[in-house]
Amino acid sequence: MSNAAKTPAPAAGGRAATKKELPEHFKAYKHVWVFVEQERGQVHPVSWELMGAGRKLADKLKVDLAAVVIGPEGEATRNAAVESFCYGADLAYVVADQVLADYRNESYTKALTDLVNTYKPEILLLGATTLGRDLAGSVATTLLTGLTADCTELDVDADGSLAATRPTFGGSLLCTIYTLNYRPQMATVRPRVMPMPERITCDPGRIVIHPLGLVEDDIVTKVLSFLPDRESAKSNLAYADVVVAGGLGLGSPENFQLVRQLASVLGAEYGCSRPLVQKGWVTSDRQIGQTGKTIRPKLYIAAGISGAIQHRVGVEGADLIVAINTDRNAPIFDFAHIGIVSDAIRMLPALTEAFRARLSPHSRDRIAS
Amino acid sequence: MHSVVCIKQVPDSAQIRVHPVTNTIMRQGVPTIINPYDLFALEAALELRDKFGGEVTILTMGPPSAEDSLRKALTFGADRAVLLTDRFFAGADTLATTYALATAIRKIGQEYGKPDIIFTGKQTIDGDTAQVGPGIAKRLGLLQLTYVARIGALDLQARSLEAERRAEGGVQVLRTKLPCLITMLEATNQIRRGAMADALRAARADIVKWSAQDAGVEDISKCGLRGSPTIVKRVFAPSARAEKAAFVEAAEQPADALIEAIFKRQPTLEADLAALARGF
Amino acid sequence: MIEEKFDAIVVGAGMAGNAAALTMAKRGMKVLQLERGEYSGSKNVQGAILYSDMLEKLIPDFREDAPLERHLVEQRFWMMDDRAHIGLHYRSDDFNEERPNRYTIIRAQFDKWFSSKVREAGATVLCETTVTELAQDAYGRVIGVRTDRRDGEIHADVVVLAEGVNGLLGTRAGLRQTPKPDKVALAVKEMHFLPRETIEARFNLKGDEGVVIEAAGTISRGMTGMGFIYANKECISLGIGCLVSDFQRTGETPYGLLDRFKRHPSVAPLIEGSEVKEYAAHLIPEGGFKAIPQLYGDGWLVVGDAAQLNNAIHREGSNLAMTSGRIAGEAIFQVKSRRDPATAANLSLYKKMLDDSFVIKDLKKYKDMPTLMHTNSQNFFLTYPRLVSKAMQNFVRVDGTPKIEKEKLTLKSFVSARSWSGLFGDAFRLARAWR
Repeated sequence: MSNAAKTPAPAAGGRAATKKELPEHFKAYKHVWVFVEQERGQVHPVSWELMGAGRKLADKLKVDLAAVVIGPEGEATRNAAVESFCYGADLAYVVADQVLADYRNESYTKALTDLVNTYKPEILLLGATTLGRDLAGSVATTLLTGLTADCTELDVDADGSLAATRPTFGGSLLCTIYTLNYRPQMATVRPRVMPMPERITCDPGRIVIHPLGLVEDDIVTKVLSFLPDRESAKSNLAYADVVVAGGLGLGSPENFQLVRQLASVLGAEYGCSRPLVQKGWVTSDRQIGQTGKTIRPKLYIAAGISGAIQHRVGVEGADLIVAINTDRNAPIFDFAHIGIVSDAIRMLPALTEAFRARLSPHSRDRIAS
Repeated sequence: MHSVVCIKQVPDSAQIRVHPVTNTIMRQGVPTIINPYDLFALEAALELRDKFGGEVTILTMGPPSAEDSLRKALTFGADRAVLLTDRFFAGADTLATTYALATAIRKIGQEYGKPDIIFTGKQTIDGDTAQVGPGIAKRLGLLQLTYVARIGALDLQARSLEAERRAEGGVQVLRTKLPCLITMLEATNQIRRGAMADALRAARADIVKWSAQDAGVEDISKCGLRGSPTIVKRVFAPSARAEKAAFVEAAEQPADALIEAIFKRQPTLEADLAALARGF
Repeated sequence: MIEEKFDAIVVGAGMAGNAAALTMAKRGMKVLQLERGEYSGSKNVQGAILYSDMLEKLIPDFREDAPLERHLVEQRFWMMDDRAHIGLHYRSDDFNEERPNRYTIIRAQFDKWFSSKVREAGATVLCETTVTELAQDAYGRVIGVRTDRRDGEIHADVVVLAEGVNGLLGTRAGLRQTPKPDKVALAVKEMHFLPRETIEARFNLKGDEGVVIEAAGTISRGMTGMGFIYANKECISLGIGCLVSDFQRTGETPYGLLDRFKRHPSVAPLIEGSEVKEYAAHLIPEGGFKAIPQLYGDGWLVVGDAAQLNNAIHREGSNLAMTSGRIAGEAIFQVKSRRDPATAANLSLYKKMLDDSFVIKDLKKYKDMPTLMHTNSQNFFLTYPRLVSKAMQNFVRVDGTPKIEKEKLTLKSFVSARSWSGLFGDAFRLARAWR
């Protein structure tokens, strides 16, 4: 059962009547925390995106923004903590221990819940990655507090409560969720949903080191090995500057290559809408949308995609959205910047040729002039 | 061995629509389905039963109509189904849901033998939170493995289990101990079609129905809306952008016209694209 | 194969199949019902109208919990040309009775409810299971079915074929022929969502009152066919269908016809502002009495649309299906309770009982109508509607022409179109076929 599957809410009057005062012991909970996710020496960029969002919340609440770094002893963990100040953190909590070298639910959950119980944040944000989701659910249940997943927007109300907005009902609508009477208020956000803030070089601030309190023997689950993905298998879809995507308007799986051809001429990444993944035409790592990847490219070309809200939330951050669809009333034209009513199957090859001609070396001279 | 698979009956979200006049969700007539991600979990449990024998129990928390999904899940060959249904569960968020489910799983352990593995799907298509699996694990004090792509060696004597777990940039190979909770990744297997004998058994099965009391819920205030720390305050349709798309009316050369429109709107894009195209 | 044996296997969970399974289960027989769709009703398409009389014989208190839309208080017959319709309307407050005679229903919801009653009565119902062929012994007697599930052969004393109009089991086993294209119609329908108040205002209804419009004329472009508009609680069902052979001959498409029907000046205002919720298409048996195949054999019976039991003239199909299913169940029970084997001779009781019922009696009455409509489709669906429409307009329009001249003109138009012999011939043929 999820937030979204609740029975219809009672009338607003009834809702206000049930709102209790925040229990006394929660009133001491202050400050906004962002979990900085690092694995094998790399910080996941979503951590910095969340730092940007967290900064805005902290400013509104007039409280501190803290980074939470959990990892093995050494350079990587320390660098992650130091780096967080460049993205707006006021202080950093660090739990560093060799036992934390690989992510495991038991050790990371203990580390994070200990920190929360000791230093009492009012808001805790994590990236909705496989690690983040594995960790957030355990921590929220341990703390018996509220957790809102996959938020597309975070804000604070006048009374200081966190307003977490996320899609609901399979993405057809949005809802705003509050954790009124429990602390910390927890939320996860998918990568690329929040904009990447500017990195500002600065000196590191206060770092608070906290012990883990576990030894290897205390932890049951053991990591036997790590099998990295093949380089070639990785797609850079989430961080690409230019993306071309196709939807059901392509008509058949064979036509998807028209999307790939245009992407290739543009040096772009390619993707698709959910139905194509469900039909097995394209692999799920190429899915763009609420349950796929969120993208923020400079240019996004959507061919034969109707523009349902599940897809919309995944692409709204793009600078320029161009939509090709045979239906003038398709929802995609409600949020695209430029539209053309045309058949994707004809338009894509035409665009591919036109771009190829336009971007070829000898035409560069025209750009320069 | 005994596996418990938690499933959820969800509206077929592809078919949910908003009332054109009142702007509320139109739920009537929307068909319900078993959450597709749960089927990968169920198949994983059935495969373990093929190998090691034992039983598979399916559990769902939902309205009385969720019986349909349980019966359908039985046709795939599970041994029994339990429906946890009570008006006190209505309006539950993930924390309240996991309280109820964990309680029911404990009861299942008492009635039918302690489970070795609890399976759930990765997430539901109506909530998409992926929180219930981890929540159940925490409440039952079980070790948890999420995003499992493959279950490897299982030693019932030694009570150990190996599995491959999807992480960023690769796969973790982990070993843990039973009992544990596993959330299965999608596309890791394909749910089998039940044989005639399974289908017959499913059609005749007595679905076990438990109210909150039957399941042994000790503190009803931890269930349903009352037990939910999160509250949905507003449900709304995304606002239309002030400006809709500027249409390029198909001229002689629509592709060229479209490119012109793109570069006119974003002049720096042309240089960026040229650079990308050159592979820089 | 499954060792366990059943008294009867019913193939299909539509109106006929559910009626047969319910009847036998209530009599204490061990019944297995197999439906290929995901749930009972998932493959069924109908306008739809529910006939209380027939359902009462199966479930007397169905009104307590059956999902019913509106009870019908008005029936409209429309003869349509391209811009007009001539209507014969009957509306009576008598239909606002305690146990209304007809209702509109939505099949997906109704069938689910009906199926739940079948289960309650003790039948075993399996969905998502397709019967692939009849199992026959060395003598060709039907002894059970084979399905698409693993180890899916299962035996019974009798198999009731309720597989619908294009069910292949009977034809595969050589028990009957595939219906010919001129004996089957292809109909398409849409459900249009409108607020209750709008529907009530447009059709002049209070509360759960309902209206049904049956239309024929130039809407079928000279082909043999009919259209319908039914008022449900919050949506309007409308559709149109013609003989498959006519579609093949003219190259018209069902959705093309439907589109034109929706835009007709008499129809468009009724669905103005609606949102289309659902599209569906279905085949309907149109051959009438003459197309009824062999209804029984050693170990089998056929009911409902699979037996071509559809009264096209009155658009009655679901009640014939329900009744034939019930009668089949009764007949089988009687044979079984006498401990007689399910031979063709013994199962012929089904046909006897069916012949004695309104089902065959009605179909016999109209046995010549299908042919008449088909061979004269141009006249009945184009010529006459146009003539009558013009005549009516002439009659109604006041333009200073003396009435007697108007009448003469009208008569002249009829005669020049059809000639006296044609007119009398048509009237005679129609009267005879009607009887």
